Amino acid sequence: MYNDVVMDHFQHPRNVGDMADATSVAEVGSQECGDTMKVFIKIKDDVIDDIKFQTYGCAAAIASSSIATEMVKGKTVTEAKKLTKNDVVTELGGLPDQKIHCSLLAVDGILGAIEAYEKNK
Amino acid sequence: MSKIYMDHAATTYVKPEVLEAMMPYFSEKFGNGSSIHSEGREAKKALEAARQSIAQALGAKPTEIYFTSGGSESDNWAIKGAAFSRMDQGKHIIISAIEHHAVLDPCHYLKKFGFEITELKVDEDGLINLDDLKKAIRDDTVLVSIMTANNEIGTIQPVEEAAKIAHEKGVLFHTDAVQAVGQIPIDLSNSAIDLLSISGHKLYALNGVGALYIKDGVEIDNLIHGGAQERNRRAGTENIACIVGLGKAFELAKSNMESESKRLTVLRDKLIQSVLAEIPESRLNGHPTKRLPNNVNFSFKNVDGEAILINLDLMGIACSTGSACTSACTGPSYVLQALGMEYRWTNGSVRLTLGARTTEEDIDTVVGALKETMNRLRMITFKA
Repeated sequence: MYNDVVMDHFQHPRNVGDMADATSVAEVGSQECGDTMKVFIKIKDDVIDDIKFQTYGCAAAIASSSIATEMVKGKTVTEAKKLTKNDVVTELGGLPDQKIHCSLLAVDGILGAIEAYEKNK
Repeated sequence: MSKIYMDHAATTYVKPEVLEAMMPYFSEKFGNGSSIHSEGREAKKALEAARQSIAQALGAKPTEIYFTSGGSESDNWAIKGAAFSRMDQGKHIIISAIEHHAVLDPCHYLKKFGFEITELKVDEDGLINLDDLKKAIRDDTVLVSIMTANNEIGTIQPVEEAAKIAHEKGVLFHTDAVQAVGQIPIDLSNSAIDLLSISGHKLYALNGVGALYIKDGVEIDNLIHGGAQERNRRAGTENIACIVGLGKAFELAKSNMESESKRLTVLRDKLIQSVLAEIPESRLNGHPTKRLPNNVNFSFKNVDGEAILINLDLMGIACSTGSACTSACTGPSYVLQALGMEYRWTNGSVRLTLGARTTEEDIDTVVGALKETMNRLRMITFKA
C-alpha cells in the first residue's frame, strides 16, 4: 500500500516532539477527516532553525508530517512558505490516491506556524 | 518472522479435512447435478449429502436449505425476495442500524420501489431493544431483519425473541447469521426464524459458496432466474466441490463447537483482560459477554486505527480496523458510530478475530505487540 519512503517516515518519523522555547506554534485539523497536527518552529534570522511536530492520523499523515518538517528545516521563511502538498507527495515518492489529502495537513501546519510568526513579528 | 492471523471474521482458511472432502469433485466426480447419467447422479448425491449435513447441524430439514454463492447473495435474496413477494401487503422493512452492508444496501435499493426502512438504534454495547422493535412494527411492515451476531463488534442479538415478536404481528423474520454459524449453537427446529443467511468462508469452507435457510412454507421471490436447480428457487449449476466442502465444514463445526467455543472464549477473555489492564486509554467495543467466542474489538484513544494496523502488520500480525480512512474519508465505521462513542475513540479501533489455529502464545504475543504499538504511536500523536 505504501512505498519504502513512506514506511520509513512512518516507522521512524523525524522531528517528533514538542519545544519549550518555540517562536511559534500552530494547531491544525484536516478539512476532510479527523487528523490533527501541532507544529512548533524556532526561527532565527528568518530561518527555520528547528521544527517539531505531533500528529494524530494515519500512516500517510504521520509520514507527510515527518518529511515536510525535514523539507523546511534550515530554510528561510520565504522559501518555506512555498511548500505545497505536491512537493510533499513528490518527496515521499507518491501516496495512494485516497491518501493524497493526508499530506495537506502537514503543509497547513507548517504554513500556519509561519503565519503566526509573521503576525507576531 | 512468525505470522499470527487474527482476522478470521474477514475470512477463514480452508481446513484440511474440508479440502480433502472437496478434492474428488474437481476432476473425478465433476458431473453436473442436473444430468441423468451416472456422473450427474454422483454429483447430485454429494449435493444432497451436504444439504443433509447442514440441515442436521442447524436443526432444519434438508428441504429448507438452498445453496447460494455466499453470504451476500443469501442476504440479497432474503431481503429482496421477501420484499418483492409481499409488496402488495406493505412496503415497510425493519432492520438494525448495524446490519452488514449486504443487508443495508439491498434495503436502501428497495427505497427505489417505494419501500420505507426503519433502522433500530443499538445501545452502547451494540444490542437492539426489543421494545423498540415492538413499537416499530406497523400494519404495512413485511420484513424484520436482525443479524445474529455483528461482524465488527461480535455482539450477539436476541434474534429468537425478535423473531417471535415479528411473528406475533405476522411479519417475516430474517437473520444474517454469517458470523455466528459454526461458532454459537443455532437450532432452527423450534424457531420463529423464517430466513437465515450462511457463508462458507467464515467457517473454514471456501468463499463463493453459502446457503439460505428458508423455512418450509415461506414463499419469497427468486433472485437468480434461469434454471430449475434448488427446487426451482435458485438457478445456476451447483458448485458441487464447494458445497461438499461447506457440508464438511458444518459437520466439523457441529462435532467440536462446544469445546472449541469454550477454548476460544478463554483466549478471547484473556486478550480482553490483558489489554484493558495493561494499555491505558483502551476500551472494549461490543458486549462483554453476549459476544462471539472469537471476536475482540478494541478502541485505543488518540491513536489512528490504520496506523495501528500497519504497525501490527509489520510485526506479523494480521487484523482489521473499522477506522480506515478511505477515499471519501468518511471516518470510523457506522457500526462504531452507532455505539455513541466520540471520534477519538471510534477512530482507533482494532478488530482481532481468533480461529482454530490461535494459541495462548499468540495471545501473549499480540498483547505485547499492541502495547509496543500504542507506546510508539502515542509518542507521535497530537492528543486531543
